[in-house]
Amino acid sequence: MKLLYYPGCTLKTSAKNLEKSAFCIAETLGHEIVEMEDWTCCGVASSLTDDDLMHHLAPMRNLIHVEDVGEDKIVTLCDMCCNTLKQTNLRVKEKPDDLETLNLFMDRENDYKGTVKVVHFLEFLRDEVGFDVLKKKVKNSLKGMKIMPYYGCMLLRPREVSIDDAEEPLIMKDLLNALGAEVIDNPFKIECCGSYHTIEDKNLVSNRAYRITKFAVDRGSDAIVLSCPLCRFNLDVRGKEAEKIYNNYKQVPVYYYTQLIAVALGLDPKYCGFGDHAVDPVLLLKKKGVFEK
Amino acid sequence: MNKISDEIVNVNSLKFKKGELVKEIEELCGENLFGCYQCGTCSAGCPFIEDMDLSPDEVIRYVILDKKEVLNSKTIWLCAACYTCAERCPRDINITKIMEALRQIILRKNIDRTNLTNISKDEKESIPQLAFVCLFRKNVG
Repeated sequence: MKLLYYPGCTLKTSAKNLEKSAFCIAETLGHEIVEMEDWTCCGVASSLTDDDLMHHLAPMRNLIHVEDVGEDKIVTLCDMCCNTLKQTNLRVKEKPDDLETLNLFMDRENDYKGTVKVVHFLEFLRDEVGFDVLKKKVKNSLKGMKIMPYYGCMLLRPREVSIDDAEEPLIMKDLLNALGAEVIDNPFKIECCGSYHTIEDKNLVSNRAYRITKFAVDRGSDAIVLSCPLCRFNLDVRGKEAEKIYNNYKQVPVYYYTQLIAVALGLDPKYCGFGDHAVDPVLLLKKKGVFEK
Repeated sequence: MNKISDEIVNVNSLKFKKGELVKEIEELCGENLFGCYQCGTCSAGCPFIEDMDLSPDEVIRYVILDKKEVLNSKTIWLCAACYTCAERCPRDINITKIMEALRQIILRKNIDRTNLTNISKDEKESIPQLAFVCLFRKNVG
């Protein structure tokens, strides 16, 4: 199946490894990912004031470009993009007046008809591939690895655009079970990682990373799996920096779900871009003997 | 006791008449602040509560009581829009949108919270791009 894909800024810069690993697992599963043309920034944070339609323009323009090529579905890898595109899509569907205003404003684009469905790649794997199908293709089981799934905010909230239950999500737990890993639950799995404060208040974010990871480690987990490029940076890099603030604290490796799937499917680790992490992710995989299985 | 120590904006210069602040905020966010019965669920679940000067439920109370110094609170800038409070509010009030409305009142007066020149080259190269877009959207008008 052909999948039209919206990348967003970070997937082309600091999260190339997320994109690369997702591409190679999609190919292995028999799907072709095609990057959409003429994509622009989504705006990252969805507009939260009622009178502010300006910030719905960028996401809507991308949705128009999806309709322009005759597609009704767009797959995203970044949680923030997925959330922003979904929220704009929802707003224009719920408020036809706003849709009309936005269409009139963008007079050089075709009118948006509201036919596009925004899908996160995780959703695609769950709903269209199926974790049971994925399970049958596992070559290197992640058996022996104790992993905490971390969801963050943008996959789950607001509830109208959530890909799973907003308080007790199961999607990554089910995925990890399919890959053979042991899942460690943690109430911090749905709490904010500190988001953009990572620029102006590093300690605040290091503190968040410490709180989230410490709880997971105390419960016995030796890794974290997540999907958002910003959460990865905050938990991995700022978490590593937290080692200087807190005695006897050691940051555990942080993986994208796509990297773990790629490893479990027996794909070449060169597609995972493990070198871009602050805490070496390969060490644990070797220690647990995942590559040798 | 005065909990707010920062001064980002001179609240007297904003020339809000009595009761205008809450009206302005309700107009911006579309939420009914008077629906809040101060249960504190928003504050209990907030991941940034420890660093805040006012808890989110206090922010709502300050606005209702027309205490304009709420515009100088750290809280409104600490909120990263994670939507946890909005998700859990038993009165279904979207507190995330209230925080944005408070930020917007300041930003629309041409007052920026973040000075972009303070961001170093090293930070620009190492931090994921979406964090910058997000910061500019929240803290720069």
